Amino acid sequence: MFHFCAMAPSTEQRVLHAPMKVEFDYTRSLGPVLSAFMSALKQHSVLGGVLADGRVVVPPPEYDPVTHAAVTELVPVSDVGTVLSWSWVADPVSQQPLEVPFAFAQVLLDGADAPLLHAVSVPSASDMATGMRVRVKWAEEPTGTIRDIAFFEAAGDDASDGSASMEFGAPEVTGIVSPVHLAYDYAASPEETKFFRGLAEGKLFGQRCPVCEKVYIPPRGACPVDGVPTAEEIELPDRGTLTTFCVVNVPFQGQTIPIPYVSAYVLLDGADIAFLHLILDIDAADVRMGMRVEAVWKPRDEWTTSLDNIKYFRPTGEPDADYDTYKHHL
Amino acid sequence: MRDVAVVGFAQRQMKELDGSPTCLEILVPILADLYEQTGWTKSDIGFWCSGSSDYLAGRSFSFVSAVDAIGTLPPVMESHVEMDAAWAMYEAWIKIQTGEVDSALVYGFGKSSAGILRRILALQLDPYTAQPLWPDTVSLAGIQAREGLEKGLWDEAAMASVVARSMSDAASNEWAIRRGATSVDQVLAQPLYADPLRRWDCAPVSDGAAGIVIAAGDKALQARQRPAWISGFEHRIEPIALNARSLVTSTSTAAAGAAAGVDGVDLAELHAPFSHQELILRSALGLADDVRINPSGGALTANPMFSAGLNRIGEAAKAIWAGESDKALAHATSGPVLQQNMVVTMAASIKEDS
Amino acid sequence: MAKIPAAVIGVGQTHHRAKREDVSIAGLLREAVDRALLDAGLTFDDIDAVVVGKAPDLFEGVMMPELYLADALGAAGKPLLRVHTAGSVGGSTAIVAASLVQSGVHERVLTVAFEKQSESNAMWALSIPVPFIMPVHAGAGGYFAPHVRSYIRRSGAPGHIGAMVAAKDRQNALKNPYAHLHNEGTTVESVLASTMLWDPIRYDETCPSSDGACALVIASEAAVAASGVTNPAWIHGTQMRSEPTTAAERDQVNPQAGRDASAALWKQAGITNPIEEIDCAEIYVPFSWFEPMWIENLGFSGLGDGWKLTEAGETEISGKLPINMSGGVLSSNPIGASGMLRFAEASLQVMGEAGEHQVDGARKALGHAYGGGSQFFAMWVVGADKPAN
Repeated sequence: MFHFCAMAPSTEQRVLHAPMKVEFDYTRSLGPVLSAFMSALKQHSVLGGVLADGRVVVPPPEYDPVTHAAVTELVPVSDVGTVLSWSWVADPVSQQPLEVPFAFAQVLLDGADAPLLHAVSVPSASDMATGMRVRVKWAEEPTGTIRDIAFFEAAGDDASDGSASMEFGAPEVTGIVSPVHLAYDYAASPEETKFFRGLAEGKLFGQRCPVCEKVYIPPRGACPVDGVPTAEEIELPDRGTLTTFCVVNVPFQGQTIPIPYVSAYVLLDGADIAFLHLILDIDAADVRMGMRVEAVWKPRDEWTTSLDNIKYFRPTGEPDADYDTYKHHL
Repeated sequence: MRDVAVVGFAQRQMKELDGSPTCLEILVPILADLYEQTGWTKSDIGFWCSGSSDYLAGRSFSFVSAVDAIGTLPPVMESHVEMDAAWAMYEAWIKIQTGEVDSALVYGFGKSSAGILRRILALQLDPYTAQPLWPDTVSLAGIQAREGLEKGLWDEAAMASVVARSMSDAASNEWAIRRGATSVDQVLAQPLYADPLRRWDCAPVSDGAAGIVIAAGDKALQARQRPAWISGFEHRIEPIALNARSLVTSTSTAAAGAAAGVDGVDLAELHAPFSHQELILRSALGLADDVRINPSGGALTANPMFSAGLNRIGEAAKAIWAGESDKALAHATSGPVLQQNMVVTMAASIKEDS
Repeated sequence: MAKIPAAVIGVGQTHHRAKREDVSIAGLLREAVDRALLDAGLTFDDIDAVVVGKAPDLFEGVMMPELYLADALGAAGKPLLRVHTAGSVGGSTAIVAASLVQSGVHERVLTVAFEKQSESNAMWALSIPVPFIMPVHAGAGGYFAPHVRSYIRRSGAPGHIGAMVAAKDRQNALKNPYAHLHNEGTTVESVLASTMLWDPIRYDETCPSSDGACALVIASEAAVAASGVTNPAWIHGTQMRSEPTTAAERDQVNPQAGRDASAALWKQAGITNPIEEIDCAEIYVPFSWFEPMWIENLGFSGLGDGWKLTEAGETEISGKLPINMSGGVLSSNPIGASGMLRFAEASLQVMGEAGEHQVDGARKALGHAYGGGSQFFAMWVVGADKPAN
């Protein structure tokens, strides 16, 4: 479960904020052209694709831009080249090739007809120049990715080919792992903020749409029927009717609730919309549509501005609600 | 083709929206503005289309909650593009051309400030050979700018004059984020930020949303006496790879402009997030020297992702409504360093051959 | 101005698999695209515009991947659009492509939809924890299972209906060489014996996670005539409708957007009695119970009676209303492409090119997709005859 209680400043802002991470290490299969290119990089060799018009392009495109046919011929090019254009990166962002200032540059490798975009490591922008000769600095640990070229560094004007010295033959690289790690500042809407702040006080605040007069919980930035924000605040009780449910019996990444468990729509008394929550203190096989339920809260000192202040809902023991009272909420 | 006009436009921009990435908070008043401008209600709209990005919001299906701003029970005929809303407007214009509907409301939104925009946009690049290096938007633009500078296609003063004119013109645009009377010397006095670019050469990170209403024939005339009739609507894309196209020209803009027809244009709103890109676009479109460029201040003064292109169309249409232009051009761009470009031309009068 | 008649003249799809480790993303798309162009007898040079569809970008971790794909799709120098309407996107994308032709703007449009789910994990991409909220529903199955329970409660359908759908679709998939799952020996009994994942949904009643793509070439009346294609699938009607994910008293079992879209579609296609006039249907059924639910939603039966068609075997290939002859989403689910596959398979039927899963004499077919929380609907009717309207 995610906790966002370490967000002291958020209560002073207009709306609630919390950090949100979106992180996945993507597994990319490569296909024949990129496979050959990455396999060669792992061997400290750079391959270019030969196009129908005879031009050699690095990185090799999978398909010829003119004929649209698959590129099939790859040839080694040099690991030395010339800077065609560049831009200084004074303030590198996360996961770029260097953590200190560097240049991104278009580097035309000797033997190629189109430039490769990559990093050039020099002490300062004044050390960069279009036309300068640069040489690949290979990464210490080969990974079979474009990052096997750690970056380029300045080479002498007379620097010449130092590539294609290695023989192919190591296991072919057929896939790469691409870590995409992003960080966001998540913010709730003003309406949601009132709801979440209410939760921190142990209260359940819904809001009424000024047009259709339906009571929404959580409140909405726009009533989904009328397109206007919900407004009038309504405090709702922490009990209601279970409208429908499923029994979750599948483990998934990030899951913290032991399976099987019941995920159910709970229609609080006085609300016009149900929300999903967890049902416990009852055998899953005994849960039924129409069952009356009430919230079980965490200990007060654990309350935050989160819906998980309610640990789960449990049966109240009241008689089940009549189907006709909730069937229009299915 | 049916005669279709822009009859409503509303926008909201800010440096940082202190609110949800669904942007409902700004979409609701935008739709209200559009209803007020046209005198219409939801039921007058035949088709809805929006543009936004999951990666800007950091979650899948980020566009889904935005339809709440419409209020979609009863259900509506609706679509979404993962593109600037200018392309949503294109889809809507096509829908009207099929004859199925007579009017459409399009909107775009995005909260760029939620993440590090220039880094997130690196995810647009080739996922095998480019993205793993995380080339950021500003660096790519810097490479493009330097190539033009060193080839003598433009100079620092030309770039600075774009900045100065944009910021000065934006002084009267209530939605501009970076604005105020600015001279070329003041621009050149700024330090380099990403050599060869100064911060002012780069559009400010902007949050925002915008909406446009378009309608055909008599339906358009119902809403506005002097609508902005669409006379050309074209877009083209180029390869993503920086080594597969010329960075200092824009063949896609040139092709779209030629197809849309730029003759007689007296005003152009160009979506150039970097100063030198305006110079590339002007050249690609072959705009005459007396064409007024970006009287709104343009993207250099506010560049809300996924609505900034639509804003250009709206600003150009506004100039026609106000009688400040008889034929205006709007341009929208998408993708790294001007990869994909759209040209819309609008005129105060319906062309006679239609 | 009258709409220009348009037809599908080329259909292509990949061999859908859990992991297509032999290709890149571009390579996956090209497999479908090359087949569609070959089928249409065209080359990239003949194509005026390209429309790409896929579900969330987070699945592959590429933002607006159509930008990267432009070159591999031969789109450079042409207009390219990217549609994203959740799970219905494959259908919506085909509809946008059709409208580019029907509007008179283009003559020949290539459209392609895809998902390469093996690049990440759909459950992760759809369930990224959002601050302040407590996620309990556990993926798409967990989302839809309570609504399936509501359907069963409302309709009084017997518990084995879902298993019947799953067994039928898996058997149909054996006749489709492109299908992901080729599970021989799947029976009602074996489905009922499979693990209950999201009660009332069993493992065998859920769709797989697939890598795959689907492509169509859509041409104008004039371009059809100029092509060598003599059996085009004419587009008789297209509809899209959207409604909110959640709203007070919204019907989540029989959503109004689906009812409205189908009613408009039948009208547009000149159909007054769908079950009599539609020869077969490819319907978006990611969880088996959605077959009877959508039968009712689409107006093929009265309310509460959809399951009776399934139970009577009328949705089998030999039945009155064959549904998901290809094996459907239950047998192949490259999410972004799944909707377009329904539209494509409907086209193949009226073109008479569905091979082993061809419905004899099919002349009018429905392609259907839905997405989000049963809130986005896209559908079309294709026919062997040029539409009268």
